[in-house]
Amino acid sequence: MIIPNKNIKMMQGNIACAEAALAAGCNFFAGYPITPSSEIAEVLSKKLPIIGGNFIQMEDEIAAMGAVIGASLGGAKSLTATSGPGFSLKQENIGFAIMAETPTVIVNVQRGGPSTGLPTLSAQADVMQSRWGTHGDHSIIVICPSSVEETYYMTIKAFNLSEKYRTPVILLTDEIIGHLTEKIEIPDSSKLEIINRIKPDMNQKEYLPYKITDSLVPPMANFGEGYRYHVTGLAHDETGFPTNDPEKTTEMLMRLYNKIEKHRDDIVEVEEYNTDDMDTLIIAYGSTSRSAKRAIVNATKEGYKVGLLSLKTIWPFAEKEIENMAKKVDRIIVPEMNLGQIAHEVEWATRRAKPIIKINHINGEPITPNEILAYIKQGK
Amino acid sequence: MDYLNYLRQDKMPHIWCDGCGHGIILKSILRVVDQLGWEKNNIALVSGIGCSGRTPGYVDFNTLHTTHGRAISFATGLKLANPKLHVIVVSGDGDATAIGGNHFIHAARRNLDINLIVFNNNIYGMTGGQCSPTTKTTKKATTTPYGNPDSAFDISKLAEAAGASYVARSTTYHVAKLDKYIKDSFLTKGFSVVEAYSSCPTSYGKMNKETGKTGLQMLMYQKDNTVPLQKAQKMTQAQLEGKFITGVFVEKDKPDYTENYAKVIQTAKQQ
Ligand SMILES: Cc1ncc(C[n+]2csc(CCOP(=O)(O)OP(=O)(O)O)c2C)c(N)n1
Ligand code: SF4
Repeated sequence: MIIPNKNIKMMQGNIACAEAALAAGCNFFAGYPITPSSEIAEVLSKKLPIIGGNFIQMEDEIAAMGAVIGASLGGAKSLTATSGPGFSLKQENIGFAIMAETPTVIVNVQRGGPSTGLPTLSAQADVMQSRWGTHGDHSIIVICPSSVEETYYMTIKAFNLSEKYRTPVILLTDEIIGHLTEKIEIPDSSKLEIINRIKPDMNQKEYLPYKITDSLVPPMANFGEGYRYHVTGLAHDETGFPTNDPEKTTEMLMRLYNKIEKHRDDIVEVEEYNTDDMDTLIIAYGSTSRSAKRAIVNATKEGYKVGLLSLKTIWPFAEKEIENMAKKVDRIIVPEMNLGQIAHEVEWATRRAKPIIKINHINGEPITPNEILAYIKQGK
Repeated sequence: MDYLNYLRQDKMPHIWCDGCGHGIILKSILRVVDQLGWEKNNIALVSGIGCSGRTPGYVDFNTLHTTHGRAISFATGLKLANPKLHVIVVSGDGDATAIGGNHFIHAARRNLDINLIVFNNNIYGMTGGQCSPTTKTTKKATTTPYGNPDSAFDISKLAEAAGASYVARSTTYHVAKLDKYIKDSFLTKGFSVVEAYSSCPTSYGKMNKETGKTGLQMLMYQKDNTVPLQKAQKMTQAQLEGKFITGVFVEKDKPDYTENYAKVIQTAKQQ
């Protein structure tokens, strides 16, 4: 069946990510090859030159992270993509991007770890690294798609949030989603909401690149636009120059934290499924929420009352949403391909008011619908 | 010329010790910028971490103080995103060739139009005098109290072998040559490296007798131990022991990354 006026395609998750980056206005990619993320680089190496954008393969992931930050300061919308080992290497410079408030998007197509781990198999074990991988206290935005179509929209969301909040955003996908090929409807580009960084409009003498504004996000000048300012990873004041002053340092670090945490309602995204009449709640994200949904469809047929809260963003954490949902059920199931990184957060968000059943894989094997179904049936 | 035109005067005093060679190199850079008449808005000065890494904070350009060793990678993104910027990187010997060694050689290979100036004081100044990749064998540092068992890099040779378009070395004593080399490097298309022998009286001078302890003594040491490249070519290895060989090592007109990438764009658009 051909649906007129609809751009429907079969597409792989990684390719959808690359296509969406272009739709979001990405004109700079720097990366270093690593399975299972390399398709993103390969597609962009083909497409970026056509639009006059830059694709560059760097000497390692540290350099790639430095390059995307430099490009962002030069006015580009930049992207890098990697997996576990490379994500570890990027951490110091991710902290720099947070501190210097440079928008950029980092894709981590998760694979099994630690170390070289399971290069070709899936995992969700970088949940905490994406939150706390770089040193020092900070907040961060991490987005977690569960389908090819979601990868498309979430990549655009990642660019939009990074520009809006002047901060690096991490798109945390996994090998299953990255390599899954499925149907996707590519939206008309004119219908997409694309957000670009707010530029200063005052004269150069008055410009404070790190000013404390009501929105908590100061306007950003690109290098070469006449605003000559200083960018550093050192603690700095509103002018951007280093300071050790305890008050100014607190003020700046709290603004960086609050610009994300105070806007969590604008950032956090969850999806409910079958939650009207349930006694069991499944909380899942990424590829695992696909299995959870299928398990719920099957369980419902057999008369079980199970709902799903699918986390589309994992940081900031959907604490409020989870706390509210937890009140409606008498138990919570958290399937994830790690040893309970999100389950731990759920326990904390619910103050352990309800029993939490963990389903954990760390061997690269997906958590199947049947496995989740078996847990649903237990004790019911 | 008026240096004050280029300095952020409200950021003074600077952090450098009395007698530190780094300020001499900064002045040289500013003289060249002034001679070339470059617009301040079009200059980006990028650094990593170290005493040398603090240079950008004092000058009125677009300035970027990145992470230790990584300045060249940030500069790569910046230059590609905004090719009209004159991108200058300043880096210490540790910053450029220890933690940043990989970026250094790959930038030379890639030959993107970035100007690197290495402030080589043979020591880690900022962190209190630990040994660096250019600390010579047997020399003392806080982490080589019995003398350095490692061998030193020759930064200029490294840059030459890795493919830089322009490579030259001078010292903070020989400033006229330093100015000339920096100027020529700025005018060369592609990746250029000027290695400027600097001095760190606070750490290197204090621990190693041969140079003397004060900034002035260390400058005189540079004067007395420098051999121009032409002369050095006629000398034996033994005669050159402990000498600074200065001069222009590479000056090539070859396609830079931007030129090559323009061809990539052309090919991509035709297909
Ligand atoms: C990742 C990381 N490792 C170590 C340091 C500590 N550190 C700061 S500066 C420096 C060495 C500086 O020496 P050099 O690059 O030669 O510059 P100089 O201070 O002599 O100008 C080191 C090791 C750091 N800032 N970051
Ligand atoms: S420690 Fe050495 S390199 Fe650093 S400012 Fe002092 S003299 Fe210069």
